Amino acid sequence: MAVAAPDLSAEVGSRLGLTAAGPLTGMVGSGVRAERARPLALAREQVLPVLDPLAPLLPGGALRRSATVAVGGEAGCSLALALVAGPSQAGSWVAVVGLPALGLLAAAGLGVALERLVLVAEPPPEAWATVMAALVGAVDVVVAGPPPRVGAGDARRLAARVRERGTVVVTLPDAGADSRTHGPGLEVDLRLTAGASRWVGLGWGHGHLQARRVSVEAVGRREAARPRRVELWLPGPHGEVASAEAEVLAWPGVAPGATPSARSVPDAG
Amino acid sequence: MAVRTLVWWCPDWPVVAVGAGPDEPAAVVRANRVLAATPGARAEGVVPGQRRREAQGRCPGLAVLERDEGREARLFEPVVRALEAFTPRLELARPGRCAFATRGPSRYFGGDASLTVQVGAAADEALESSGWAGHGRVGVADGPFAATLAARLADAAGPGRAAVLVVEPGESAVFLAPRPVVVLGRPALADVLVRLGLSSLGEFAALPTADVVARFGAEGAAAHRLARGLDERPLAVVDPPPDLVVAIELDPPADRVDTAAFVGKSLADDLFDRLDGAGLSCTRLRIDAETEHGESLSRYWRHEGALTPGAVADRVRWQLDGWLNGSAALRPTAGVSRLALVPDEVAPARGRQLGFWGGETAAAERVARALARVQGLLGPDAVTVPERRGGRGPAEQVDRVPVHAVDLTAPRRGAHPTAAEPWPGRVPLPAPAAVPLAPVPADVVDAHDRPVAVDGRGQASAAPARLRVGEGPWLAVEAWAGPWPADERWWDPPTRRRRARFQVVAGGRGHLLAREGGRWWLEGRYD
Repeated sequence: MAVAAPDLSAEVGSRLGLTAAGPLTGMVGSGVRAERARPLALAREQVLPVLDPLAPLLPGGALRRSATVAVGGEAGCSLALALVAGPSQAGSWVAVVGLPALGLLAAAGLGVALERLVLVAEPPPEAWATVMAALVGAVDVVVAGPPPRVGAGDARRLAARVRERGTVVVTLPDAGADSRTHGPGLEVDLRLTAGASRWVGLGWGHGHLQARRVSVEAVGRREAARPRRVELWLPGPHGEVASAEAEVLAWPGVAPGATPSARSVPDAG
Repeated sequence: MAVRTLVWWCPDWPVVAVGAGPDEPAAVVRANRVLAATPGARAEGVVPGQRRREAQGRCPGLAVLERDEGREARLFEPVVRALEAFTPRLELARPGRCAFATRGPSRYFGGDASLTVQVGAAADEALESSGWAGHGRVGVADGPFAATLAARLADAAGPGRAAVLVVEPGESAVFLAPRPVVVLGRPALADVLVRLGLSSLGEFAALPTADVVARFGAEGAAAHRLARGLDERPLAVVDPPPDLVVAIELDPPADRVDTAAFVGKSLADDLFDRLDGAGLSCTRLRIDAETEHGESLSRYWRHEGALTPGAVADRVRWQLDGWLNGSAALRPTAGVSRLALVPDEVAPARGRQLGFWGGETAAAERVARALARVQGLLGPDAVTVPERRGGRGPAEQVDRVPVHAVDLTAPRRGAHPTAAEPWPGRVPLPAPAAVPLAPVPADVVDAHDRPVAVDGRGQASAAPARLRVGEGPWLAVEAWAGPWPADERWWDPPTRRRRARFQVVAGGRGHLLAREGGRWWLEGRYD
């Protein structure tokens, strides 16, 4: 069938930018041909939206398709869930591979649409790449635990499939375990680290956990090479993610520098 | 006045297609629900819509079969051929159900009663070999909706005679009046109507049209027309512009269904681009196929709503499957060389945002296919979807349901928060982001290194000072609160659980701890 082929130049330009830094530099010609045989995608379809408070962390303010994002740090689970909440709310399906300890109620609280979330049990190492390849392309976002050692060939095929299908892969170290090295193939484009965090709302024998202030740092390759840092409420006082930059959020009773444990909460039950 | 219509329908068609005999207990199951069952299974209490487990409980010898849509279409072809002897303008709704306008045929074949008997006999003859003769039903009424309902309610007149129900001209509204509103096929609307106290079509039809439109919009207006015994939409006798026809020559000719259906898919996309450009939606479509030797097959397909590209591609596949893979007498002698899609009835596209929902369904179907593959690799229970439940602990409030038990393409009730029942003792939100599958043993001691206990009145023996999870390092407690006591299932001693939950910040991290049976457990971590 005839494929709409006008205005290819901008498309190919971005494509070249993408491949030039990747391992496919020598295959530009075939890349252009592949582009010609595929329906044209608009630039806005090549990114997935994220929640507003997270936008300053990402180059272009959105998740670029076929990117691999490694999330770590103390508040890593919440941060990963908040990151996929944006695409999920916008209608994308999210698959979680492994990570049996992910809190689903927290996922719903941070804005992930549970009706478009599927959970896949931890595959055995030899089937990991196959399972990932089956999911990549069917869903827009895959959240995975640390990849096991996979063969170089499997890893290369998986990376190629991720690039072709435009799926975002979010990797998360196991809850509690320290950040492990990623297997070959899934080159990390962006690394989000949730650093120092501070809970408010819990006192000494009274109150309850209400909100947490986290500073998140993002550093990555290419356009994300310059480190970015934001202060977030993760979660905020109403359960959702909010920006804590310049105290946008009026938080009654928290003086700057006050330790949460020394604070009393009037509505403690 | 609605067009007088005859509907031939075999509600058991999915089980007919999988090759089960009418007397053996068998059911076709989709998304864990019974889609259709044989009369043998129905006699044991298996009804469509039932859960698979319940059906197997009622009928232990039940053969549970997967749906095969290609086979449904293939086996339907002989029936369609037999009914084409009565009129060339036969419309297929889906395999197992077809309809035609009776005005001409009825006059030629000696009236509605005579026509229905002959139609039933012709269809039975075509079904003779499969053993399902006598299970087709024929209904005649004004408009396809009433005729379909008449076919559904038709009773067999006697052994060896097809079930027939003829509603006299002009009587359709009376015939429809006592039926429940569920038969409109719009579950959300029916739900609202029942809660408004309108349980039958007659009561709904008695409402003034203007009020129905004001309250329920275009969707409600269409349902109201059906309930009054009219056509779903007013007839707009406008011939579709000829440039909407899309056709393609296949060179080399396709002799396999896959090849032709693949072309049909892109043809359907092309057709819908044109229809969208003209602001039209298609309610009836003709699919023409021609072979090298000049044999041709053309079929009308009707859809209750409006056809979507995916639905058209399915129908192209069904039609070609029935033709190319049918019995030797029906099969063409050469490959398909030309395929054309002719939108036969078009209506202005308004009031139904099918693109929106259809697009989502397409994505969900893609996900379902990928998950089926993952299930093949890892086992059926390896893929789950979350479903909300009541409960107090973070792990209890969302359950993991195997994906084969749900229909991903349909809206799911369990994915949304249920009405907030009171769960006294529930720890306030936010919920912990890391919830271990099984609670991890922990130790909590006070300032004098004595384990912290909770007494029968729900009071902690002392303020916790240090915390250790598993065999990890001891962490100093920075803040804590609790207990949130929960005494669950106290009416049933074997399953009774008493727990007291605490929130503790230690080492900068929030922990959800529970004291149960004299021990401490980590239930979740606010990571």
